[in-house]
Amino acid sequence: MKPEAIKLELEAILPRVQKPGRYTGGELNQVVKDWQQIPLRVALAFPDIYDLGMSNLGLAILYDLVNQQPDMLAERVYAPWTDMEAAMRERELPLYSLETKHPIAAFDILGFSLAYESLYTNALNMLDLSGIPLRSVDRDIQHPLVIAGGHAAFNPEPMSDFIDAFVIGEGEEVLLEITCRHRDWKANASTRQELLRSLAEIGGVYVPSLYQVDYRKEGTVSEVRTLAPEAGNPVLKRIVPELPPAPTRFIVPFIEITHDRVAIEIMRGCTRGCRFCHAGMVTRPVRERSVEEILDAIDRALAETGYDETGLLSLSSSDYSQIQELVRQASRRFAGRHVNLSLPSLRIESLSVELMDLLQGSSRRSGFTLAPEAATERMRAIINKPVSEAQILQTARAIFERGWQTIKLYFMIGHPTETLEDVQAVVELSQAILAQGKAAIGRRARVNISVGTFVPKAHTPFQWVPCDSMEQIEAKHAILRQGLRGRNLKLNWTDPKMTMLEAWLSRGDRRMGALIFQAWKQGAKFDAWQEHFDPDAWEQAFASTGLDADFYTHRNRPLDEVLPWDHIDPGVSKQHLIEDYEWSLEGKTRPDCREHCTVCGILPKFKDLRQLHPGRVWKCPEVKSQSSEETEPIVRTTSTGR
Amino acid sequence: MTESQRHRYRFTFAKSNPMRYTGHLDLHHTWERLLRRAGTPPAYTRGHKPRTRLSLGLALPLGFTSDCECVDVWFETPQDPNALLRALQQASPPGLQVLSIEPVEAQQPSLQKQILAATYEVELPGGTERNRLETRIQELLQHDELPRQRRSKSYDLRPLIESLELRAASGSGLKLIMRLAARAGATGRPEEVLLSLDLDPLAAHIHRKSLHLESS
Repeated sequence: MKPEAIKLELEAILPRVQKPGRYTGGELNQVVKDWQQIPLRVALAFPDIYDLGMSNLGLAILYDLVNQQPDMLAERVYAPWTDMEAAMRERELPLYSLETKHPIAAFDILGFSLAYESLYTNALNMLDLSGIPLRSVDRDIQHPLVIAGGHAAFNPEPMSDFIDAFVIGEGEEVLLEITCRHRDWKANASTRQELLRSLAEIGGVYVPSLYQVDYRKEGTVSEVRTLAPEAGNPVLKRIVPELPPAPTRFIVPFIEITHDRVAIEIMRGCTRGCRFCHAGMVTRPVRERSVEEILDAIDRALAETGYDETGLLSLSSSDYSQIQELVRQASRRFAGRHVNLSLPSLRIESLSVELMDLLQGSSRRSGFTLAPEAATERMRAIINKPVSEAQILQTARAIFERGWQTIKLYFMIGHPTETLEDVQAVVELSQAILAQGKAAIGRRARVNISVGTFVPKAHTPFQWVPCDSMEQIEAKHAILRQGLRGRNLKLNWTDPKMTMLEAWLSRGDRRMGALIFQAWKQGAKFDAWQEHFDPDAWEQAFASTGLDADFYTHRNRPLDEVLPWDHIDPGVSKQHLIEDYEWSLEGKTRPDCREHCTVCGILPKFKDLRQLHPGRVWKCPEVKSQSSEETEPIVRTTSTGR
Repeated sequence: MTESQRHRYRFTFAKSNPMRYTGHLDLHHTWERLLRRAGTPPAYTRGHKPRTRLSLGLALPLGFTSDCECVDVWFETPQDPNALLRALQQASPPGLQVLSIEPVEAQQPSLQKQILAATYEVELPGGTERNRLETRIQELLQHDELPRQRRSKSYDLRPLIESLELRAASGSGLKLIMRLAARAGATGRPEEVLLSLDLDPLAAHIHRKSLHLESS
């Protein structure tokens, strides 16, 4: 279908769907290039609705980057909501790009952001709506190359039937290497297989079809073999040595989206080492932007968008080394301009309260978020998020005294070795925090408690542990519901069935392709949406594929088992993860590695990059050899690495 | 009213594709962002949660286009109208075109209160039969009452229709021109008129041509 025909169809369809502004494109700051003149065209897809996809910073970065190249273009596509999908299927309207309304099948490359597992069925649905064969093996030279990246891609195996090539790690450099290879390949028009093998040569690119996975009788992986010389084993993730300039020309939507704001990444990576945290493990090393660069980027972005809200993004704001300076200067520079700045993920300490105080002034005090993650000191030592109860209560008190009326608390249940007493402690700690509030400001004090369920993730120190069973989760929820009643307490929890979905998909293997496909056929989509999540579809898919959910979810995996994602290297070594897991069992915490290198494996693996960018930008400490005259900064790492 | 809130200006603007699916509240945000991008932020209300001082006239339903939308904006300082207009025109998003500016007396009633009626132009889908529709219109206008239900409330549409006529549009097409009352509690909706003529409002393109204000 031609863009003109698609536009005509949209004229008829859009008045009849909810929020048609999701499907029009044409927003301020979108980039439209001349389709005919540009040899390489990329469609960037977020497999959920516009409202969420437009709020995704990763795709905004890549959109900006590709469109900066004179001979390439990037356009956007998101999953249509169910009413729009029905209308599109009824009128046989293919999935199209927002910028020029070209069918997605007409692009050279379709790139998915797979930020989390519950997007998988939507990605399949988008391929289907595009008329692109779902399975990689069924595609030929006329179909777009289908690539994917994002945090969930660190275990690419469950989606490996559907994705031609995965980007492991940061996309800024590698995406352009892929597009260049594609352009060269297109000029010579050879086979698809040749393209895939050529892509496999790029560092950080994983082409699943070039690997053979063998299994043992009991279902575990026995071996992963490469089938072509270009295929790396392991595939080491890609990182950029320094964060490139932050994008500032954000597309300003015509309708309200999830995060209507400027987003500036102040730092990437995290040195804290919380053992449950997937992002903290796979985004190392820590690289910071300077205060000046951040403030200039905010200024420019505000001028280009007109937004009055800015999110300063990182995994742990308090750990940004210049955080006080940044907040002081930002509050000075934006004073009187009605600009709201937000800092997510602040540590539980009084400094955080001062920072928020400076940042937000006296207005807009909706709620202050604290994430103890676990309610007993024992449990917090196991997950490596050590903070004392006294400090939590003291910080809570300070927050109420400074004028906030609501504290939002984030906890997780289901951490390894957790007992029902640890869960009861969530009740008691929440009550104690509310008591601080009542003492400070009386009956206005409120505490909102969000309780997630821990899901063990690949490449973390907890990648071997079983996830709680449905029965365990239900029993723990019952304790929380019983204990957290009352006027000024509000409890939210995650549907345990959704937790199970996340649990089996995140540590799944290649055979799960058939499962995801079957679930999609049974109607599974928008799995992250409570009102759409369909556990029956997944149950039927398990039944028809003969796979066993418990095998993936509740099994205690031996440390010497070949894990389905072992051939993907996130930089942090498996040895380090094993050691950290063993430490957790002893309740031993690991301090922030900014002070003292904990030999996670990043430095030896990115030795060359590090040598080119010593000191300033990376927050890995300089590591000196203890024994000798060696001056190479990573010697200690290699000598003690097991 | 404080000194700083006396600088009130009225902008007339067109709303077209691709902005026709931006609702009233989102349009408000669009204007706030436009004013900030232009470097001419509006005044804010005082108090705990300061809000921008701008007010849009009669809400334009989703999917309609218009070249007569109005917004009143208050500024902290007096503005040079021409410079302000140019700045806004340069910073406008696609689908929003600022057409004109005029200073408004601060004491004047709100924009919403000044609006009396609106004229709409409705492009009808191809294949609409002219003669039959003419007859339907004549019949409709002869009624003294047109009882209708909207959101399970009964009301009389007839007194809200100030005029209604059929005209030839470009090519072989047809368009309806209707002037409907738009006072507080008495706002005629073009899609209701179409429904009472047995026409599908979703298949028509509805365009607001002009707003009729008290003083004009």
